[in-house]
Amino acid sequence: MTEQRPLPQSGCRDTPILRERGQREVFCGLTGIIWLHRKMQDAFFLVVGSRTCAHLLQSAAGVMIFAEPRFGTAILEEKDLAGMADAHEELDREVTRLLSRRPDIRQLFLVGSCPSEVIKLDLSRAAERLSQQFAPHVRVLNFSGSGIETTFTQGEDACLASMVPGLPETEARNFVVVGALPDVVEDQALSLLAAMGIEHVSCLPARRAGDDPAVGPNTVFALTQPFLGDTAGALERRGATRIVAPFPFGEEGTTAWIAAVAETFGIAQHVFDDVTAAPRARARKAIAAQAQELNGKRVFFFPDSQLEVPLARFLTRECGMEAVEIGTPYLHKDLCGPDLALIAEGPVLSEGQDVDLQLDRCRANRPDLTVCGLGLANPLEAEGLSTKWAIELVFTPVHFYEQAGDLAGLFSRPLRRRAALRMGATSGPIEGPSAAQGLRPAAAGEVSA
Amino acid sequence: MKLTVWTYEGPPHVGAMRVATGMKDLHFVLHAPQGDTYADLLFTMIERRSHRPPVTFTTFQAQDLGSDTAALFKHAAQDAHDRFQPQAMIVGSSCTAELIQDDPGGLADTMGLPVPVIALELPSYSRKENFGADETFFQITRCLAEPIERTARISCNLLGPTGLGFRHRDDVTEIAALLEEMGVDINVVAPMGASPTDIARLGAAHFNVLLYPETGETAARWLERTHSQPYTKTVPIGVGATREFIAEVQELSGSTVMPDDSRLRLPWWSSSVDSTYLTGKRVFVFGDATHVRAAARMAQEELGFEVVGLGCYNREFARDIRAFAREMGLEATITDDYLEVEAAIEALQPELILGTQMERHIGKRLNIPCAVISAPVHVQDFPARYSPQMGFEGANVIFDTWIHPLVMGLEEHLLAMFREDFEFHDAAGPSHHGHSVPAGTVEGRPTPDPALSAATAAAGKEASMVDAPALPAEGNVIWLADAERELKKIPFFVRGKARRNTELFAAERGMHQISVDTLYEAKAHYAR
Repeated sequence: MTEQRPLPQSGCRDTPILRERGQREVFCGLTGIIWLHRKMQDAFFLVVGSRTCAHLLQSAAGVMIFAEPRFGTAILEEKDLAGMADAHEELDREVTRLLSRRPDIRQLFLVGSCPSEVIKLDLSRAAERLSQQFAPHVRVLNFSGSGIETTFTQGEDACLASMVPGLPETEARNFVVVGALPDVVEDQALSLLAAMGIEHVSCLPARRAGDDPAVGPNTVFALTQPFLGDTAGALERRGATRIVAPFPFGEEGTTAWIAAVAETFGIAQHVFDDVTAAPRARARKAIAAQAQELNGKRVFFFPDSQLEVPLARFLTRECGMEAVEIGTPYLHKDLCGPDLALIAEGPVLSEGQDVDLQLDRCRANRPDLTVCGLGLANPLEAEGLSTKWAIELVFTPVHFYEQAGDLAGLFSRPLRRRAALRMGATSGPIEGPSAAQGLRPAAAGEVSA
Repeated sequence: MKLTVWTYEGPPHVGAMRVATGMKDLHFVLHAPQGDTYADLLFTMIERRSHRPPVTFTTFQAQDLGSDTAALFKHAAQDAHDRFQPQAMIVGSSCTAELIQDDPGGLADTMGLPVPVIALELPSYSRKENFGADETFFQITRCLAEPIERTARISCNLLGPTGLGFRHRDDVTEIAALLEEMGVDINVVAPMGASPTDIARLGAAHFNVLLYPETGETAARWLERTHSQPYTKTVPIGVGATREFIAEVQELSGSTVMPDDSRLRLPWWSSSVDSTYLTGKRVFVFGDATHVRAAARMAQEELGFEVVGLGCYNREFARDIRAFAREMGLEATITDDYLEVEAAIEALQPELILGTQMERHIGKRLNIPCAVISAPVHVQDFPARYSPQMGFEGANVIFDTWIHPLVMGLEEHLLAMFREDFEFHDAAGPSHHGHSVPAGTVEGRPTPDPALSAATAAAGKEASMVDAPALPAEGNVIWLADAERELKKIPFFVRGKARRNTELFAAERGMHQISVDTLYEAKAHYAR
């Protein structure tokens, strides 16, 4: 390939990992539903859980809640906890009601939560039973998005892994792109692969139930997301082979990802170069425009989505940043190995979390940019630290060439903003009435009239 | 089990978090699985707090479920105490921890922490957020409020404001100033802004001002019983209610001072001729019981609207609100299912909705103007500017808030009348309702013309999850093309009502077609 950046001497592949246990400030896997249901247009996600689960989805989905979304929560009530047999009848009734009102639904996911897992409600049996009842029109599947078992994006992994055993069988040599990408990104990826002459490409998840990829011993697949360990395992159990590659973030990551696929399919070097040269140049130019603010700046990642390792690789190698700590909820060394190898030695690699200890480290380091969840972002801003809230990286199109500039932009914008605002204080107001008491009565009437 | 997409209230432990986050020097240790920390962002994002809520979650995972969740809890509680050095702690379980049956109160007792530790019972499968807040504040008060001598000068406590409360911040400022003007000192504001030490001093006040019954009533009753402190019964939202509240305070305090109301503008604004068109506008009111009661009264007595429907989502106050509605000749809608609220609104076709964030969206779908009067609210209802609901300034704020969408409606109509401009043509819809994506968009379906949404919404319902409301004319009456065109000449904000009335008129007479004549006969029939 052309213009390779120098490789670090040994990378972070063998860096010892700081493993911590304590309070974790993370989402549970149910949150994955918010973007999965957009991707799978004929699927409905029915969480079996508590009011807390419904409240979480509502808080995470924001305004999306009001657009008749294809997800909901069957809230457990006291009577459901009293006896188990009843719970299945209740579930059947709710599902029947739901499906009769939403005849457009072809796949129904029963999503386990902490409460349903703790009372050991057998949702897989329920899924089997309901599948028989509603076959062939609706397929009913089951996975767990509970906080006790899954962290944030792992919900997608659990969902996709639950689909793998039901995928059709094939003997053909085909290629599966694994991971729910925004449609625009998926189209770009498919057209790059098509331009190189790679045939029989499909996606998991597919946009509709009928378009599911087939799997067999000659299937090869590549992950577009680092959090898909269980899905990869399930595909391998069906005989498929995983293409090992860094994840397609930035120009370098995308090129390496496509190169690994091209190599697997024996695509000639000149074909690869012809197809990728123009978008590579575009991506580099777009990144350069954003990287000015990022160059030489220090970044600290709190654990959130497992995207932290490949994103740290992108920011350090393509935007000139220095990683201080790369926190991730789980480090799948096998999947992230290629990315780890590309990150220069130096940063602390941490897996899991004790949020108070990690906050202490973050404050002591005073990084230029902290990537963290919304529960930490404003409090850290009030302490004078610039933050980039991490959830946006999961909802926004960030993969492959055309989004590389946007991806860098997500990180440069908070720094640009901090530089642009010149009002003195950055810390937030002290909440509560004591601080506000001086406001009224004289000034207030004038202000709001 | 009950299928739910939207919840008006969170689980009870979120209510407990609202109390803890409102207070100072108090720490909450919540036994909860990984993931429940999502609730932090309600405070850091919606309320824009600049500090993390003072809540430690044990965040247990599947691998902890064997035997050591209890140890995990104790460890978390000890760590929280050592790190934050609070004056007191509260401990409780979220819904999942309730199932694994560790006993946070009992566990904390065995630890011998050097500060009071208050155990909370938060029944997650039968109660909700407001209960959690009320119960938590009550338990804190019960444990910490000591017998204490009354202040020398007449004083009161303000009870009920919490974190994440709709306009609590400015209501407290407004009412505290009003009371001080009357010569009444503020002893303690709680829970918002109070520390456990302040709670211990609650008994020093001569009486209590109960600002929000949802979150403070149990504590107020207990203080009345145990500390002989009477509490105010009127919530001062609206001009009439504020005056009644002042009278109540005069009675309780002996003060004869009338607070200065020279900045109160609502009465004149509402009397001025520009407001005449508000007369008899049909409003639907929904939200928490306290704000609904106040809003319905204001709508009727202070703005001259006609309240055509009202209800609340918090069942704790169902009896009060039913009785209140009956006094107004209405049947209250008590439900936490937004589809029922939507059906009620659709059937009534009001000209204005006063509700929560959800009713704002229902209003968008049905093309009916709406103003927000109650939690749950989104980030835009935690404004930077001073905007109380209570007291005299609150009345001014409410006048502006409610009238704004209506004035805009009139403006839109005038523009449409005078200019057949492309921007203002009928299908463009009212721009302030955000109809770049028009109302009534339903997953995977073509969007009904917003102008026709009132009638076609029922058809759209097969894709949503509600049965068609029982409109008598549904599906039996056909609009002839001329009549349909004539209907479109009627301003959009009364068109839904006109359509409904005409269909009702036709159905009652067994007519199967609606002509232009039918439309005008119906108009004459319903004219007053």
